Amino acid sequence: MSDGNQPPANLKVVGTRPIRPDGVDKVTGRAQFGADFHLPGMLTGRIKRSPHAHARIVKIDVSAAEKLPGVKAIVTGAEFDVGAGGDIEAGEHAAAMKDVADNCLANGKVFYKGHAVAAVAATSPEIAAEAVDLIEVAYEVLPHVVDVDAAMAPGAPVLHEDMFTKGVMPKPAKASNVAQKHVMGRGDVAGAFAAADVVVEGRYTTAAVHQGYIEPHACVAAWGADGQSTIWCSSQGQFLVRAMTARILNLPLSDIKVIPAEIGGGFGGKTTVYLEPVALALSRKCGRPVKLVMSREEVFLASGPTSGSSMDIRLAATKDGKLTAAEMTLRYQAGAFAGSPVNLGCMTAFACYDVEHLALVGYDVVSNRPKVAAYRAPGAPMAAFAVECAIDDLARKLNIDPIDLRIRNAVKDGAKTVYGATVRHSAFVETLEAVKAHPHYKAKLGPGQARGVAAGFWFNIGGESSAAVHVDEDGGATVVSSNPDIGGSRASMAMMAAETLGLPIERVRCTVADTTSIGFSGSTGGSRVTFATGMAVVEAAQKVVADLKRRAAQTWECDVAHVDWKDGVATCLDPSKDVKPLSLKALAGKSARTGGPIAAEVSLNAQGAAAGYGVHVCDLEIDPETGRTTILRYTAAQDVGRAIHPAYVEGQLQGGAAQGVGWALNEEYVYNAKGLLDNASFLDYRMPVASDLPMIDTILVEAKPNPRHPYGAKGVGEVPIVPSLAAVANAVSAIVGRRMTSLPLSPAKVLAATRAS
Amino acid sequence: MARVVSISSRFRDLTGGLDGLDVDARSVRELVRMLEARFPGLGALVEGEMALAIDGEIHQDALMEPLGPHSEVVLIPRISGG
Amino acid sequence: MSRKVVNATVNGEPVEFLAGGGQSLLDALRDELRLTGSKEGCGTGDCGACSVIVDGRLVCACLMLAPEAEGKRIETIEGLADNGHLHPLQHQFLEHAALQCGFCTPGLLMASKALLDRNPDPTETEVRYWLAGNICRCTGYDKVVRAVMDAAADLRQEKPR
Repeated sequence: MSDGNQPPANLKVVGTRPIRPDGVDKVTGRAQFGADFHLPGMLTGRIKRSPHAHARIVKIDVSAAEKLPGVKAIVTGAEFDVGAGGDIEAGEHAAAMKDVADNCLANGKVFYKGHAVAAVAATSPEIAAEAVDLIEVAYEVLPHVVDVDAAMAPGAPVLHEDMFTKGVMPKPAKASNVAQKHVMGRGDVAGAFAAADVVVEGRYTTAAVHQGYIEPHACVAAWGADGQSTIWCSSQGQFLVRAMTARILNLPLSDIKVIPAEIGGGFGGKTTVYLEPVALALSRKCGRPVKLVMSREEVFLASGPTSGSSMDIRLAATKDGKLTAAEMTLRYQAGAFAGSPVNLGCMTAFACYDVEHLALVGYDVVSNRPKVAAYRAPGAPMAAFAVECAIDDLARKLNIDPIDLRIRNAVKDGAKTVYGATVRHSAFVETLEAVKAHPHYKAKLGPGQARGVAAGFWFNIGGESSAAVHVDEDGGATVVSSNPDIGGSRASMAMMAAETLGLPIERVRCTVADTTSIGFSGSTGGSRVTFATGMAVVEAAQKVVADLKRRAAQTWECDVAHVDWKDGVATCLDPSKDVKPLSLKALAGKSARTGGPIAAEVSLNAQGAAAGYGVHVCDLEIDPETGRTTILRYTAAQDVGRAIHPAYVEGQLQGGAAQGVGWALNEEYVYNAKGLLDNASFLDYRMPVASDLPMIDTILVEAKPNPRHPYGAKGVGEVPIVPSLAAVANAVSAIVGRRMTSLPLSPAKVLAATRAS
Repeated sequence: MARVVSISSRFRDLTGGLDGLDVDARSVRELVRMLEARFPGLGALVEGEMALAIDGEIHQDALMEPLGPHSEVVLIPRISGG
Repeated sequence: MSRKVVNATVNGEPVEFLAGGGQSLLDALRDELRLTGSKEGCGTGDCGACSVIVDGRLVCACLMLAPEAEGKRIETIEGLADNGHLHPLQHQFLEHAALQCGFCTPGLLMASKALLDRNPDPTETEVRYWLAGNICRCTGYDKVVRAVMDAAADLRQEKPR
């Protein structure tokens, strides 16, 4: 349960905890996820994948597979036609489409074990599997590199002969694995370090980790004889799947209809395509619907985890704890193709703190691992791990309470961030103070226990969204959302519409539309849906209310300015009229005679998203025999603007914290000497289970609702993973008695460090 | 005169190492045009791939935004999310 | 590939389906009987998204061969509600917002039912260890555990059911 959130007195629906509109479907097994679709005549697809970390494809021989009865189509990367190439604007992020295509099916080279090489569609899963085995691929195996520092070293095997580091003057003469160098900063860093009372420094590393959504990627694609096709799939954005598939197969957008399935978790990992262009290419070749579903092993091998990293950090401060300068170098794995979130790591690293002199350098580095995808606050958790550990060192060195030290340096409204934004509507200080006042922070620790504290930041974004509100003839309403509902957004959309219309929440339903049934929207990501799509919902509902008022005015033959709308009822304020109030239901029932259906659709590009700040507190103990860490108590506090549905906001905080605990303690992509992933299963890639965690307390800080959103919402989904790595690591370091700098803090590592100190 | 600064190394690649410059533009559209004229490819980069912080507020798609006489424009990579 | 006729009871109703020798019970439920409420998250018995109850025992349907279902009594998520009336577990999962994406939810509900069938008054620790075979990546388990504890209390109140 959370503390501190009371629904504002003037709001009737926003701030309450109704049952989500899609809830019953999801507890009865009726909800249709990506793999649940079945079409008549549907074929099963299967993908042939690279057994090597790095190799040139010499030849692909499909002749034996083609002859197998039941095989209907085989495709390779040659089937793709990315056209002129370039980047696509699919909602909120650009993606180099040539790379996305080459990742869906290799083009000349394979860059990691599991890289897709060819695909088969057949009449049964058994035949498809046999056909995949019959495809013969001749490889010239190349030297590989998986570690980010090794990939940057001179003489490392170079993945892409045409990769010349961007952002370096003059342009390098030699190809390397460094795709891009980012530099940002301000002030006189060298001077500030020279004048500093205290300096702390460290080198930190984090392992590559996977989002770990439980639903593997899945889709069904059906090519039509007239070239119009339909894709059913689980993704974080039906419009994004349409855009990327169209670009890879060089098809017009209007010829592809993407129907969003329910999505079984994404956390950023479903903001790209792996299967859809392949399934559609197969379907195009044989004229039958094709289903492609990844196995869990394929998800680990060939979908996008997030970057492992290596970072160097130095902080300068006065003896009373004012941070004066910081310098940091961040090296992030991008996987097989350019595009790690290192730039976001640089931008977020010090976003919580007012530091006058800053120097940040980021390197985006390719290596023989799967191409990274977004993962909850992409790039921020690793950077925050280093920064928050260094600040913890500073607090110890100066003997200042870690919350007080953070309050001393916290950004406040009006501060300028290193990336150009001015801090606005922020409640970071209030969040820190809420933690300090919480019983958890005051509770005594037992012997052998320690407490870690850390903070985190995420931008939150707005962007393009569409929504419609339809008033039904019986006085209820339907909201049409443009975003897949990944964690309860149907509830928040329906609630904001109900609040605006003055209807009880039970009279408002919400559906997620396909690409032909609602205007464009960016993906479900960036913590943008409640903010941006919610804004579209509220504006559509406001249009409906304006229409209802106009119809009431017509009915009463009065000026529309004399119509008041409250709690779903129009009242006439003109004292000369002796008329009874008209309810939404009464107006809806007469809609045919007052101008026709009552509905509105709004498409917008939402501006004014407000950033979010989180502060986590973690108590834990370590078994001295095994080095195993047990989390005893955990509290997550966050600046949430205003919680539309507090229970789902709490859920975001709890889920983000749990993922962060896994990142800190267990999760890791483990490679062997051949550069092959050794732990592509849930058994060996160990994510937190129920017995690994305590209850997770939450504090929703609603001190600063975002005035740029009709109900004050800020994005909430991504912030809560950011502080958790360091909150855990700071407590572990306290028990071990030395700074633990390398994630995950596995039992073996902790045991070795304990024995050493 | 708007002051344009960048935290993107791509900007530096195209300007020959400059991190900031003054441009007499009254809108982002005009700014893009003037940047392209001065440094071929830069206008297209800004329009196609960058977000702008104009006087402290981030605009993911800024092309239609006006600029004040002393606006500060920071070019940043477009922010995505998970 | 030779297939075998299998007769079993699913959610109280007799069913007959064809099963290949290597086919899992999960595949049979999903592909032959079109009961897609049970989910495949891993296919190796690690995530619990396919949890069903077979002759009163909690089973990962992905680890049991379909022909082994011959003569067995199988309970799946589709049978948890009673004629459209939600089971107290389903009701409490909704009340507590104990699901976000909902993909692991059928498995968690079936595993929780198997627990409450044998232990009507579990402690928090017992719930956490019993559900340790059901991975949920969205919720951090807090609301799930609370929902199961409250459903157990509901069931104790309304006994005999």
